[in-house]
Amino acid sequence: MTAIDTSLAARASSFDRRRLTNSVATVLIGLCIVLALIPLGLVLTYTISKGSRAIGVGFLSHSMRNVTPLSGAGGAYHSIIGTVEQVLIASVISVPLGLMVAIYLVEYGRGRLAATVRFFVDVMTGVPSIVAGLFIYAFWVIGLHKGFSGLAAGLALSVLMLPVVIRSSEEMLKLVPDELREASLALAVPRWKTILRVVLPTASAGLTTGVMLAVGRVTGETAPLLLTAFGFDSIHTDPLRGPQSGLPLFVFAQARSSFQVAIDRAWAGALTLIAIVLVLTVIARVLAGRNRLAA
Amino acid sequence: MAPDAPTARASSSLAARRGGRGDAVFSGLAKGAGVLVLVIIVAIAVFLAGRALPAWRVEGWKFFTIKAWYPDAHPPLFGIAALAFGTLLSSVLALVMAVPVALGTALFVTEIAARPLGRLVGYLVDLLAAVPSVVYGLWGVIYLVPRLVPAERFLNRHVGFVPLFRSQTQTFGRSVFAASIVLAIMILPIIAAISREVFRQVPKDNREAALALGATRWEAIRLAVLPYSRSGVVGAVMLGLGRALGETIAVALVLSSSFEISLRIFEPGGNTIAANIANRFGEAGALGTQALIASGLVLFTITLIVNITARFVVTRTGIAGLARP
Repeated sequence: MTAIDTSLAARASSFDRRRLTNSVATVLIGLCIVLALIPLGLVLTYTISKGSRAIGVGFLSHSMRNVTPLSGAGGAYHSIIGTVEQVLIASVISVPLGLMVAIYLVEYGRGRLAATVRFFVDVMTGVPSIVAGLFIYAFWVIGLHKGFSGLAAGLALSVLMLPVVIRSSEEMLKLVPDELREASLALAVPRWKTILRVVLPTASAGLTTGVMLAVGRVTGETAPLLLTAFGFDSIHTDPLRGPQSGLPLFVFAQARSSFQVAIDRAWAGALTLIAIVLVLTVIARVLAGRNRLAA
Repeated sequence: MAPDAPTARASSSLAARRGGRGDAVFSGLAKGAGVLVLVIIVAIAVFLAGRALPAWRVEGWKFFTIKAWYPDAHPPLFGIAALAFGTLLSSVLALVMAVPVALGTALFVTEIAARPLGRLVGYLVDLLAAVPSVVYGLWGVIYLVPRLVPAERFLNRHVGFVPLFRSQTQTFGRSVFAASIVLAIMILPIIAAISREVFRQVPKDNREAALALGATRWEAIRLAVLPYSRSGVVGAVMLGLGRALGETIAVALVLSSSFEISLRIFEPGGNTIAANIANRFGEAGALGTQALIASGLVLFTITLIVNITARFVVTRTGIAGLARP
């Protein structure tokens, strides 16, 4: 009798203990969410509050030309021009190239070569951005004696952008139903035309999302610009030759200064940068949400 | 991703016959683009090695043991011992902080939260990855560092017998600890995103079997979800490590660089390979630049090894779609 009683009691207490463990674990996991989201909240609110206070008249319309160290004047206009040009160059290179690689992997890729390419595309996403900058510096800036330029920065950014474009495009092309391809091929449309006229248009919404996320990612890259565009205080619109600034580079340079006016400019630049990147990211996600293929 | 996934669509001997030259050209272009990816990876190694060679000739194997960076002095003296140590120390600390939190958020999203809430949380955690590293650096040095000083001082006073928490100078601030926190925040989203995919691959049946046998939610996670996804999680952690090793700008802004090998993570100082490149590039002379490229080559090699290993581990688990921007 007592044996049964104690075993029942033991079972009950073990159940209590298990339930307690479960509750503790649930609370801890909830705590992880809080810990993960606190930095996001802090970074965003602090940047917005500091940046909006520091962003003044002329910040978006003036360069740093002839701005003395203690002057609060000056702005990021020259670096915004630089960033737009550099990111455009990177996109012009890596979007068509990335699409072609994705087409190869999805439509043609078979066997060892395709597996190798796929694997190294994955590996390439892990190449540190500073290494991409060093590569273009070694290859283009001093290797081919081209010097620092916006174009060099665009090349470095395209090294970082390419694997991102490939991976997202690959996922999107895979979602296109085979029936569409087969229907087109059955009508004796050549394969390449089927890909260009049927597969790509069907996946276009998803492809756009991927490209926008990739653009958002490289827009914020600083390290490669340091080694390729180098930075410049004046407006320099020609990306083909001569050092150029870029918005992330501007923020970095200002942040390293010990003068408060420069730190303020860094916050204003950071706010501008975050606004650009977040707008791109959010629009991309909204487009992704509307994408019929992904749903 | 399974390397032998059936990706080649709708085999088409008929179309090949009809398409003729157009097809040959187009598929050739596509294949060429694919090969170009391999060429780029090889070119990175080749060009870095070519430019690093003169610096290597100066120091030879001592390049790995010297703890100073005076490449443009006479005679030059430089090596990556302190840099490599700082890179590893800050990355490991970042992992220690980021991995539990990242796994927790991934478990929350896949196992615990209702779907809309889980999606929202996943989306917000992904947003952490969208913040540029220069913004993290600025925030780290202006906001985080001053607020960490009291905590560092407190730990130093009360558990200062732990070597990590010592400070010989009794100064605190732009320390390896602060840099590691910023790194942890930056690698959290990638670890969380990949772990999420890994947990989603666990067959529903495993989970439901555990629950049906009376397991609590946590027991189902511990017995059915975690063992199944162990290697995938290892891969995710290694990809996070790769990110942390290569992060440049945030570390360059937060750390006040020094060339010591020290475990005292609260003391200002410390340095990493990547941050050193960003800090020294502007003022480097000819040999200085080559020395920086040599250190970059070491970084590239390390991250390549980490990434390749991670991809192999993850690939074995058969999870596609892991490269999130």
